[in-house]
Amino acid sequence: MTAAVSTSTTDTTAAQRDRLTERFAKLKAENRGGLVIYTMAGDPDRDSALKLMKGLPEAGADVIELGMPFSDPMADGPAIQAAALRSLAGGMTLTGTLDTLAAFREGDDDTPVVLMGYYNPIYQYGVERFAAKAREAGADGLIIVDLPPEEAPELNEHLDAHGIHLIFLTTPTTKAERLPMVLREAGGFLYYVSITGITGSASAVEDEVAAAIADLRSSTDLPIAVGFGIKTPEQAAGMARIADAAVVGSAVVNKVAENLGDPPAAVDAALALVKQLSESVRAARA
Amino acid sequence: MSTVLNTYRNGVDDRGHFGLFGGRYVAETLMPLILELEKAYNEAKDDPEFHKELDGLLTHYVGRPSPLYFAKRMTEQCGGAKIYFKREDLNHTGAHKINNCMGQILLARRMGKTRIIAETGAGQHGVATATVCALFGMKCVIYMGETDIARQAPNVFRMKLLGAEVVPVVSGSRTLKDAMNEALRDWVTNVHDTFYIIGTVAGPHPYPTLVRDFQCVIGEETRRQVQELEGRLPDSLVACVGGGSNAMGLFHPFLDDKDVRIIGVEAAGHGVNTEKHAASLTGGRPGVLHGNRTYLLQDDDGQITEAHSISAGLDYPGIGPEHAWLKDVGRVEYVSITDDEAVKAFQETTRLEGIIPALESSHAVAYAMKLAPTLPQDHIMVVNMSGRGDKDVNTIAQAMGTDMGGSL
Repeated sequence: MTAAVSTSTTDTTAAQRDRLTERFAKLKAENRGGLVIYTMAGDPDRDSALKLMKGLPEAGADVIELGMPFSDPMADGPAIQAAALRSLAGGMTLTGTLDTLAAFREGDDDTPVVLMGYYNPIYQYGVERFAAKAREAGADGLIIVDLPPEEAPELNEHLDAHGIHLIFLTTPTTKAERLPMVLREAGGFLYYVSITGITGSASAVEDEVAAAIADLRSSTDLPIAVGFGIKTPEQAAGMARIADAAVVGSAVVNKVAENLGDPPAAVDAALALVKQLSESVRAARA
Repeated sequence: MSTVLNTYRNGVDDRGHFGLFGGRYVAETLMPLILELEKAYNEAKDDPEFHKELDGLLTHYVGRPSPLYFAKRMTEQCGGAKIYFKREDLNHTGAHKINNCMGQILLARRMGKTRIIAETGAGQHGVATATVCALFGMKCVIYMGETDIARQAPNVFRMKLLGAEVVPVVSGSRTLKDAMNEALRDWVTNVHDTFYIIGTVAGPHPYPTLVRDFQCVIGEETRRQVQELEGRLPDSLVACVGGGSNAMGLFHPFLDDKDVRIIGVEAAGHGVNTEKHAASLTGGRPGVLHGNRTYLLQDDDGQITEAHSISAGLDYPGIGPEHAWLKDVGRVEYVSITDDEAVKAFQETTRLEGIIPALESSHAVAYAMKLAPTLPQDHIMVVNMSGRGDKDVNTIAQAMGTDMGGSL
C-alpha cells in the first residue's frame, strides 16, 4: 500500500507532493547515500527543538525523523527514553509535535519529514483525525514502532487517503516468508534495523548488513535506510555506501542531553554533529 | 453494554483479538518470536507428554490441588453467604504465579531456550520464575522497579538466593510497567537464546491465552471441589485483578455457567476519584501498551499515567485484554477496593481465620466481606486466596503506624 504518489513536482499541488519519493530519486541521481536524522520534538524545549529541526537541512540532513514523545518507549534505549521524558516534562503533546512540524514547514517545503513514535497517542488522538492533521502539518511518512503490519490496516487506510507513507521496520529476525506481508503495508522507504536490540545500542557488522540489504533488494524497489546503533561519521558513511540512507538518532539526541543547562549550545552541538555525519556520508561513495 | 453470547470461552480470533482487545502490538524484531511461541504452544497443548510432565510437577512440586477451604468464622461474622477460600497461598512459593511459570518453563525448554527473563511487581512472579529456573538449571534475570524493590525486600532476597539476577529498573515510575518495558528491551536484544516468562494474562498474543490456560487449573479444581463439598456449583466467584491472572484462572472455567455471578476486584488505591489508584477498567479507557489493546490509565494525550496501590502486585496501569472484553460484553462485574479497605481485610482475615493473605488477595476478601452480609446463607461464594501475605508484613506495619518491633 503506497501513498498517493506523483513523480513530477511541476503538475502537483503541495498537498499531493511526495517529498520522500522525490528525495530518494534525487539521492539516486546524485549517486550518494542519504542521511536521515532523528530528533525528539520538544527536547530540550519546544523552541530549541524547532530551532534544531530548522537547522537540520542546512547541516546536511536529507530526511528528518521527528520523534513523538511517549511515556513508555519500550523499543528505545536510554538516550531516547530520557529525551521523551524531558519532552513530556516540558508539556509536549501530540498536538504540540504537529505544531512544531507545521512551523518547520513554513520555512522548508522540500525536506521530507517522517513522524516516529508509538501507537497509543495516535490511537487516542483518533487515527483518521491524525492522518488529516499530520498531512496538514506537512508530514510525509510515519513510523510506529509498536504497530506491526498485522495491526496496521486500521491506521494505514487513513494514511493512504491522506498521502502519508507508513514506513515499516525489518530486522535480522524478519524471515523471508514474513517479508511479503511487511511489504504489502510498507511505503516511502524500508527501514532496516541492523541489529536485534533497542535504539542506540551496539553497532552492526557492515558485511552482514550488506548481505541483508542485497536480500531485501530482490524483494522490493523501495529505498532502504539502515538504522539503530549508528553513532559515528565513519559508521554512517559505511552504511550510506551499502544502503540508500543511514539513520542516526541517539547520537544526536545525546548532544542535547550533554548540554541541558544551555539550550542554544545543545542546538549547536547537535547540528555540528549532523554536519560531520553529512560530510562523511557525502564523501562515502566518492 | 451487554451482549448475551452462547459461549464466553471461544478465546481469541486468529490474530489474537478478544473483540476490540488483545492483538500483537510489538516491534518487528519480536514478531517472529511471538509467532514461533504461538506455534510451539499450540503443539505443546496437543501433546499428551507435555501435559503429563506439567501435571506431575504441579502435583509433586507445587503441591496441587490446593484446598478449597470453608472460612467458617468469617462466614459467621459476615452473617450471610458461605465463604470459601481457594487456597492458592498454599502453593509452593506462596501464590498462584507458579502455575503459569511451570507451564512456561516447560515451553521454554521445548523451544531450546536457555535464558529466562521476567518482570515482577510484588516479587511473587519473580520468585516463582526464579524457582522454576533453579529447578531446571536455567539462567534467570528478573526486572523489578526500584520502588518495588524497596517495598518487597524479602522477595528480592529470595530471588537472589534462588540464583536469579535482579535488575533494578530506574526508568519512569520505577514500578511494574517500567519493569515490563525493560524486560521487553532485553528480549528484543537477546532474541536468540531468551524466553520471556510474562507473569499475567497480558502482553502480545499468545501470552494472554497461554497464561490463562496455565492458570485455569485454579477454576477447574474449584469446580470439582465445590461439587464434592456442596453438591453444586458456587453462586459467586470473587478475585482481585491487577493484570488479572489469578482471576482469569478462577473465572474462565465458569464463564459459560450463567448462574454463577463473577466479580473482579480492582485496586482503588486512595479512591477511584483521586489520581492515585490502579483501577484501569473503572477509571481507564482503551489504548495500546505492552503488546496489547486494553483498558489503560492514561492522560488526554495518550501518555500512560502512574498507577497506585498499596499492593505492589496490583500497581499496574493496564489489565489483561480478556478482562477488558469480559467487562464490555457484561459477563464479569468489576468493582474496586481502596488501600484502607484492603488493609482492614488483611487484618481481619489474619485474626479470624489464622491466614495471612497477600495484600492483593486482601482486596478480594474485602469485597467478599462487603457483599456476603447482603446475601442469603445458602449462597456459596468462592474467594481466590491468590497468595500469602508474609511478603507484606512491612507494608502492613507501616499502614498500622507501627514497625516490625512495635506492639499491636
